[in-house]
Amino acid sequence: MVQPGILKKTPLHDRHVALGARLVDFAGWEMPVQYRGVIEEHLAVRMAAGLFDVSHMGEILVHGPGALGAVQHLASNDASRLADGQAQYSALLTPEGTPVDDIYVYRLAPERFLLVVNASNDDKDYAWVRDHIKGEARADHESERWAQMALQGPKAETILSLLTSASLGSLPRNGFVNSAIAGRDAMIARTGYTGEDGFEIYCPPASAGLIWDALLEKGAAHGIEPAGLGARDTLRLEACLALYGNDIDESTTLLEAGLGFIVKLDKPGGFIGSGALARQKAEGLSRRLIGFEMVERGIARHGYPVESDGVKVGQVTSGTYGPFVRRNIGMTYLPSAQAGEGSGFHVIIRGKPVAARVTRMPFYKRPRQSS
Amino acid sequence: MYPDNLKYTKDHEWILVQNGAGTIGITDFAQKELGDVVFVELPEIGRALSQGEEFGTIESVKAVSELYSPVGGMVTAVNEALRDHPEQVNKDPYDSGWIIKLSVSDAGQLSGLMDAAAYREHVGTGGH
Repeated sequence: MVQPGILKKTPLHDRHVALGARLVDFAGWEMPVQYRGVIEEHLAVRMAAGLFDVSHMGEILVHGPGALGAVQHLASNDASRLADGQAQYSALLTPEGTPVDDIYVYRLAPERFLLVVNASNDDKDYAWVRDHIKGEARADHESERWAQMALQGPKAETILSLLTSASLGSLPRNGFVNSAIAGRDAMIARTGYTGEDGFEIYCPPASAGLIWDALLEKGAAHGIEPAGLGARDTLRLEACLALYGNDIDESTTLLEAGLGFIVKLDKPGGFIGSGALARQKAEGLSRRLIGFEMVERGIARHGYPVESDGVKVGQVTSGTYGPFVRRNIGMTYLPSAQAGEGSGFHVIIRGKPVAARVTRMPFYKRPRQSS
Repeated sequence: MYPDNLKYTKDHEWILVQNGAGTIGITDFAQKELGDVVFVELPEIGRALSQGEEFGTIESVKAVSELYSPVGGMVTAVNEALRDHPEQVNKDPYDSGWIIKLSVSDAGQLSGLMDAAAYREHVGTGGH
């Protein structure tokens, strides 16, 4: 139990202090929002590499006989397609087909699945899994066993390969391996939340500092920078990756959010929320999450009202200045009839309507690497 | 750093007055607190401002901050360069990062503002 007013610290907290990071409260954790600056860190990730402390994220281990069936029932994607060493984006759903959380599911073994969840939903998700798990499988709350950091950017593989003998070149997106980094055991996953190539590294808390230091040291010659939550947010928004609490929550269905690709309605036995989503799919969507750019000068931000033809139709779910695309961008839900690419609307910024238009998503896509 | 020839407000604006013409910007403390400036909303030339009146906003990636006029007067110029290069406010807050100029209507209002020493103390205690 954490006393109110006391923020939790990750195993890398002293590193952030030593680097002069600006620290803020995020989901009850004291986390770095920036070191040298959000824009510099954002651009470092797009051009070279950034290193993020994401140890605050939660982990739930579902294991034992029937673990696959339990995960299939709780989560929307099809975990039966995973082999050992493969992961998938997924969601825990309410019966209404809205996310309790968006998650990643890692198959460690045929009856061992690690669910990685948002820091802000860690306790909520564990309670949900514990209350809704079916069959003999068990759920363990493992968040305190794991430190996590994300190494993201075009130089990520080059840098990490200096410190591990794992065969990174043959590790596909969403694949993971158990290996060692700087001599310490670590699970290396080719996953991330930035729209770049990169890795998420899971290790025991006691190893985190040494691995962090080694990555920054070896990566210095390649342009690595420590990166904070500020850049993490601008990067994921340029890539149009949803943020729970902003773009998705328990009032938005996965289909409305454009996440139909992680909804596998043909899974045998169904899953919590599959009935509601099947009905919605048959009826059609009344609204959908779209990406937009500002047409007139102004930055749209979370919560700003959105108007179409003078009528309020919603509010901005996420919005910011995109440092790489160099435009003011955002996401919001619009009525389906108004959600077409090029469709114009207004964001109300400090009482004034400022023109915006629906664009394609994502705003940024990593260029294909030529081999 | 806080130049001695400027006057300062508790909200971290500075003003330089020469022959009744005032130049206004935000301090080094403010630009550091804000982080990378990505947007500045400037007032119209000719607008009349009273002391303490909001005349625009300055935005970083994470935050929106209002700008308040240190003294009353009429806006005579705005720094158009900030439309395309808002980062000038971070790089050079006291010179090329200036935000507006105005013709000061009551020079007596300046005596109510902080000098550099007082402002240094103000930010030394957190700036609030």
